[in-house]
Parts: sequence; structure tokens; C-alpha cells
Amino acid sequence: MADEVVLVDTWVSMFGMRVRIALAEKGIKYEYKEEDLCNKSKLLLKINPIYKKIPVLIHNGKPVCESLIIVQYIDEVWNDRSPLMPSDPYPRACARFWADFVDKRVYDVAKKVWTTKGEEQEAAKKEFIEAFQILERQLGDHPYFGGERFGFVDLSLIPFYSWFYAYETFGNFSIEAECPKIIAWAKRCLQKDSVASTLPDEKKVYECVVQMRKRFGVE
Amino acid sequence: MAKNDVKVLGAWPSTFVMRPRIALNIKSVNYEFLEETFGSKSELLLQSNPVHKKIPVLIHGDKPICESMIIVEYIDEVWTSGPSILPSDPYDRAIQRFWAAYVDEKWFAAMRGLRIAQGEERKAFLDQVTEGLALLEEAFGKCSKGKAFFGGDRIGLLDIAFGSLLGWLRVTEKVGKVKLLDEAKTPGLVKWAESFCADAAVKSIMPETEKLIEFSKLLMAQMKGAPPPKN
Repeated sequence: MADEVVLVDTWVSMFGMRVRIALAEKGIKYEYKEEDLCNKSKLLLKINPIYKKIPVLIHNGKPVCESLIIVQYIDEVWNDRSPLMPSDPYPRACARFWADFVDKRVYDVAKKVWTTKGEEQEAAKKEFIEAFQILERQLGDHPYFGGERFGFVDLSLIPFYSWFYAYETFGNFSIEAECPKIIAWAKRCLQKDSVASTLPDEKKVYECVVQMRKRFGVE
Repeated sequence: MAKNDVKVLGAWPSTFVMRPRIALNIKSVNYEFLEETFGSKSELLLQSNPVHKKIPVLIHGDKPICESMIIVEYIDEVWTSGPSILPSDPYDRAIQRFWAAYVDEKWFAAMRGLRIAQGEERKAFLDQVTEGLALLEEAFGKCSKGKAFFGGDRIGLLDIAFGSLLGWLRVTEKVGKVKLLDEAKTPGLVKWAESFCADAAVKSIMPETEKLIEFSKLLMAQMKGAPPPKN
């Protein structure tokens, strides 16, 4: 029986990109539905009534929500190829820890970098760099957070790279100057087809953020 | 497994610390419970969780594992001879993880707000808590399929995530003079809460409401002086 896989998403979302990378890693064919977050569809409200957010994966009619939960679901269902998680419990726990770190310590502070000004923005930039410095130390000399292979943590973090140009422009700082290893790691990840074909052009992301700032009334 | 090979760093009042302890009890794993002193962080905690500096930490041999629900999944994956905590079907696993994350990210924040806030703000938190309980009541109906727990016949991931909050829920009901779990509105959850608290894996470690109330007075006093201890 052929699997029916649908992804409800928006092109600029780093959470959506995580799922798209996972699907590409596994070679899964799916239907992509672009969502306009300013005008949410009936479908989205039906499949994610709790949060009304993307991404949502619909597998044979059943919705799965929350990007890291979706990625683990994909890994568990299509478990015959390209594992995204380590196989041993301890490295798996570490992978979950660091992906959770990205959600807790990177996302919110990164958002403040492009939505705030003055002192609040300076504080956000400082926290942003600190978070990436912690990640750099964790990466160490390994090519990927997963060790020798691209894995769960790499997939959780790499989408943010497509937003770096926007953060740097609005925040007036250089991420490479502070965290060169992170940039080197990101360029390494971009050599993978699943990542290169998923991450949008950083200038397009920047243009989108310009529009979002107007809507948020940041200007 | 020798007792001193498995340690839990934590504190008895903490919701999050209860979770790995319940999981270890389900698996019949002996462990040493190392209690942090209220108001300070031990060297061992700072060394084993340098990133967040928070409890709980599970130390298995020499390996530290942090973040309560990550620890619970680790316990389930290591001690495979005991009863399973997560279901085997990937979709059921995703649903349990989704609701466990909802409890932590949305509902817990509303509960904490409800304990602290006053006036209009308090009413807003109460509405959020009540709406959340209605959602969880519905989720319970779907997940339990007529059985005692979210996990079915036995306590599972979501039972642990949500059930560990029952101690503080009772405190909020008593101190705030408000009924949160209600036979009329959330009959499924009322029965579930009784079954959960009576379970052998939970009974000995669920803190008594009166003790938690005393502890919450200590917490409030500290909040007035310094930032509150995070979980």
C-alpha cells in the first residue's frame, strides 16, 4: 500500500525545514502544501487545533505536530534507511538534549535579534552568541554534531543558517567572527543534497523578514 | 545493577524530579536519590549539568543525562526487560510526546501563573488552566481507550509527564480555593488521578499536599528576595 505523505508548512520556517530535510534524507515522496500564516487554512486549523502552527505532517490521514516530534516519527516509521538518531540510548539522549537546547536557547533569542532594538536587542545578541559558543564547544573537532555523520542535532540547527544573514543585518554583527566553527559546520552541511535542496536563499529570507518586521511594527 | 550505579540528583518537591523516579520504579531499578539543598546548587549538579544547572539529572555509571522527559525516554530504552513506558507504535509515541510537550510548554506555565498571579491576571491563567484540562480530558479519552491510564493498562510517558504535576495541582486547589479536577467537567481525569497516585511506582514519592504547601511558603519568601529556583 502506497504511503500518503503530506507536509503543511511555510517555506521560510526553520521548523518546517527540519522536516523537509528529514524527508529528503529518507527519500520520502510527499505532497507539499504552502500555508499563509496571515490567513490560516481550514486544513491547518483542523489538523493542529491546539497550536494552529506549521509544520504538520499528515501520514495516511493522521496528523503529527511539532517539528522534533515529527522528525522522530519519520525516523521510527522509515527505519530501514538513513537513520537520523544514534542507535544507542546514551547518544540518543544527548542528541535529544542538544536539539532541545536549540529550541530553548536559540529560537526565542534569535527572534529578539530581529524584532527588537536598543538595549533589548543588544542583550539578545549577547545571549545568541553565548548559545552558539556553547554549541561550538559541543561540536568540538567533529565534522557534525552527530559525530562522523549528519544527524538529529545537525538537522535541528542547520535551518537557522538560512536566517543568519537576516540576523546579522538587523543585529549589525558577524556570526562568523564570533563562531567560525559553526559557519564551517554549516557550509559542510550544505554540501549534503538534503540540506542544499531545502534551505532557502538567505537573501529571500531577509526580504521576508523585512516584511515581517513591518507587520510586527518593528520599523 | 548495583544501587550506586544509578543516581538521581533532585529535590523531593520537584515535579520534574518525580518523573525519572517514577520511571525507575516502573523498571524496578534501584537508585540513590541525592537531594540538593534548597537555595544552593551542589558541585556535582554544576558538573553534571553545566549547560542548564538544573535538576533532575540522572547519573548512570559516569554518564549524566539531563531534562526530565529525555531522562524518562533514556530509562525506557536502557531497561528493556521492565514494562515499556512508551508505546511501540510510532504514531502513538508521537501523540504521547506531543501531549507531554504541551503539558510542559503550555499548561505548566499557566499553572505556575495561576499560583502566583492576582486579580484579572489570575483569572486569565485560571481560564488557560481550565481550557488545558478540557483538552487533556479529551486526550485521555482517546489515548486510554477505556483503560486506567493514558498509556493504557499501565502508566506511560504522558501519565508520568502530567501525573507528576498532581501534587502542585492539589496545592493550587487548596490554597487558591479553586476546583481544577472536577467530576462534572473532567470525570476521566479525576479517576485517572486517583489511579495514578495509588500506583506502586508513584505512591511512595508523590509528596503530601500539606508538605508542599509548607514548601511553597519557603519558595514565595525566596521569590521576594531572589529569583525563584527554576525546575
